[in-house]
Amino acid sequence: MLDRITNILVVGIGGQGVMTAAEMLARTALSQGYDVKKTEVAGMAQRGGVVSSHVRFGPKVYSPQIDPGEADLLIGFEAAEALRWLAHLRPTGVAMVNTLRIAPPVVSAGLYAYPADPLAQLAASGIEVHAFDAGAIADQLGNPKLVNTIMLGAISDHLPFPADVLKDCIVEGFRAYKPKLAAINAQAFDAGRAAGRA
Amino acid sequence: MNAVVHAQATRRHLLSGNEAVARAAWEAGVRVAAAYPGTPATEILESIARYPDIYSEWSVNEKVAVEVAIGASLAGSRALAAMKHVGMNVASDAFMTQSLAGVVGGLVIVVADDVGLSSSQNEQDSRYWGRFGHLPIFEPADSQEAYAMVKQAFALSEEYETPVIVRMTTRVCHVKAMVEFTGERVEHPAAGFQKNPRRWVMTPANAKPRLPLMHERDQRLRELSETSALNEIFQGADRRIGFVTSGPAFMHVREAFPNAPTLKLGFSCPAPLDKIRAFAATVETLVVVEETEPLLETEIRAAGVAVQGKERLPRCGELAPSVLRPAIKPLLGEPYAVPTRTQADVFPRPPTMCASCPHLGPYFALSHIRNLNIIGDIGCYTLGAGHPWNALDTCTCMGASLSMAHGMDKGRGASDEKKHIVAVIGDSTFLHMGMQGLLNMIYNRGNVTVLLLDNRSVGMTGGQENPGTGQDLHGQPAPRVDFAKLAEALGVRPERIRMVDPYELPTIVKLVREEVKMEEPSVIITNRPCSLTDRFERFKPYEVIDDQCTGCGNCIDLGCPAILVARRETVTAKNGKSKELAFARIDANACTGCHMCVETCAPNAIVQPVTPERVIRIQPHA
Repeated sequence: MLDRITNILVVGIGGQGVMTAAEMLARTALSQGYDVKKTEVAGMAQRGGVVSSHVRFGPKVYSPQIDPGEADLLIGFEAAEALRWLAHLRPTGVAMVNTLRIAPPVVSAGLYAYPADPLAQLAASGIEVHAFDAGAIADQLGNPKLVNTIMLGAISDHLPFPADVLKDCIVEGFRAYKPKLAAINAQAFDAGRAAGRA
Repeated sequence: MNAVVHAQATRRHLLSGNEAVARAAWEAGVRVAAAYPGTPATEILESIARYPDIYSEWSVNEKVAVEVAIGASLAGSRALAAMKHVGMNVASDAFMTQSLAGVVGGLVIVVADDVGLSSSQNEQDSRYWGRFGHLPIFEPADSQEAYAMVKQAFALSEEYETPVIVRMTTRVCHVKAMVEFTGERVEHPAAGFQKNPRRWVMTPANAKPRLPLMHERDQRLRELSETSALNEIFQGADRRIGFVTSGPAFMHVREAFPNAPTLKLGFSCPAPLDKIRAFAATVETLVVVEETEPLLETEIRAAGVAVQGKERLPRCGELAPSVLRPAIKPLLGEPYAVPTRTQADVFPRPPTMCASCPHLGPYFALSHIRNLNIIGDIGCYTLGAGHPWNALDTCTCMGASLSMAHGMDKGRGASDEKKHIVAVIGDSTFLHMGMQGLLNMIYNRGNVTVLLLDNRSVGMTGGQENPGTGQDLHGQPAPRVDFAKLAEALGVRPERIRMVDPYELPTIVKLVREEVKMEEPSVIITNRPCSLTDRFERFKPYEVIDDQCTGCGNCIDLGCPAILVARRETVTAKNGKSKELAFARIDANACTGCHMCVETCAPNAIVQPVTPERVIRIQPHA
């Protein structure tokens, strides 16, 4: 068990499953005996706004939020949202980014510009960046909602506990509540894990 | 965020502060719980609703919720009311006097301050109500403490016969942390109402003799606070600075200054001033870390203890270790290097109204009619102030739209002579505190056009039920108010009460134009449900026929997030001036087929494909 705090920042847009993914990480860390805190500030963000869930676990966690410069892992469900939280990453941090780009009305209407290449900007800051189209994998598996399990698979090798622990927690969760989705989520986790290594 | 684990004691649970409060209320034998939805307090009642042993309801507003709880308390039942910070303003009329009369069954008011304004119109610090109303306050710092303190609050409330406030903030309500249950439900049967007019009828003659009793209770509570285990000193070897703090701010102090002695106030009102004075004597410099006003700091300084606080720390917004270090490390003569990586510059992504939102139609109309002063209210429709509508001029508090609009009508100056005054209010907000404004406008012969947006939901907080939805907190059928009859009963003439389908754009634009010209109040009521609730029926998506789109941008003016700009062109119009064309594209995944955009499209370039094959994923932004 690590003696320091692991900080994971899950970011995206309201409705993408950011909270669900963060919940799964928090429950898994709890099952490994860690003290855990997970923030869930949603408020109006569900209306297509910015959503971020901070997950912190370790021997003893005090503050629930992750401060700038302290995130070990950034899971971005959308490219520009991953870039938005760049300053929160530790110099040794890892960013796992879904290449999906969603322009809000203010950008589509031309009031603001969508960054030309958010992933290049992320990489230019020196942090380790992995990016892939999780949506395409979800489509191949036949269910767009699998994106958050795919993203969890992708980061599962960057955790202080074995990837299978997270996988089992996810699959057991589905077996308990939605058994029909257990198998496909196991597949999605593995596909994400492979994509995350590329 | 809402899974409540119905389990035996001693198992570890990941619960938000709100869920922990619900479990504690159940264990404490609470029999009545009432609230009005409000971020970040909403999930307290949503969680309590899962405990059948407790009668729980959405009340029409927070004043009613507290009065329901008071009534239950006088009948001998333990009762809980929950609300967000601004709800206390509404509810204060009731608890300010009940503090004098007292309670029988334990009465706990759980208030959730939205420090950092994730979803509120101001950042009030509810701790002041404890001083103003002579009420004790507990301040949990996390879910485990929220669970423990709510149970203790009921015991304190009954022992001292006073309402008790449990003050939480977003970083307790909406943070999931480990909670260990330590008990099961203990029944507290209602002792039955004991008539005692000299106590419960607060006429001046009865109230006067109770004033000294209240002050005497204050003194006893202060003595209790001095010795309460909830006010705990956490040791630290580095005595150069000692912290006094409360609530989740404690967590930031502990993380940023782990070696500093820290007095954490869980029972923070009345403040244990002797304990604080004694603690101050053991450290070189005393610093108060509190969210958000310098309340404790002022009380400590008034008690003759030297203390620092808001001259170093921010007066508003959330605290965090990254805020405390640069503010306080200089006191130790230690420089603090701020993390070097700068914030990436990314476009804002404000919340906006959803695809098929029934408010899109009214705002399309309002943004296309000139000479309007549009007085707004609290709800998703407040987003009408933003892009692309820019069709809302004020928003202050729940129900203010109707009364402020009436005042603007009566107080209009010469420059507003030709202006039409419009008020925009939602169904739940109208039933919360808007009815009185409409009644006042009729009674005092005002002239305002009211847009009553009935989306059959408390949309902004996540789609809760209200007296206009036909369902209660538990989803059971409930009587449904008839807004047209209600408006008529308040005095609006039947001819000026117009029902409209907000999806029929030409109709609603025509209707608003007509009604704003009338020299008497009108009420236009929309009748489409919120598209995020299961009352909304999703239709097949629409698509733009590229070569028929003329780039006029009308559909984009709707503000629907499913309608995007595919490409732009600048052309010179007949009159020689250059014109910007914006050709539209519809995101088939986001579009839910409400056909409002079809009604804005002159060349009929927007169609619903007869048999849409499996829609391919949208391409990355061009």
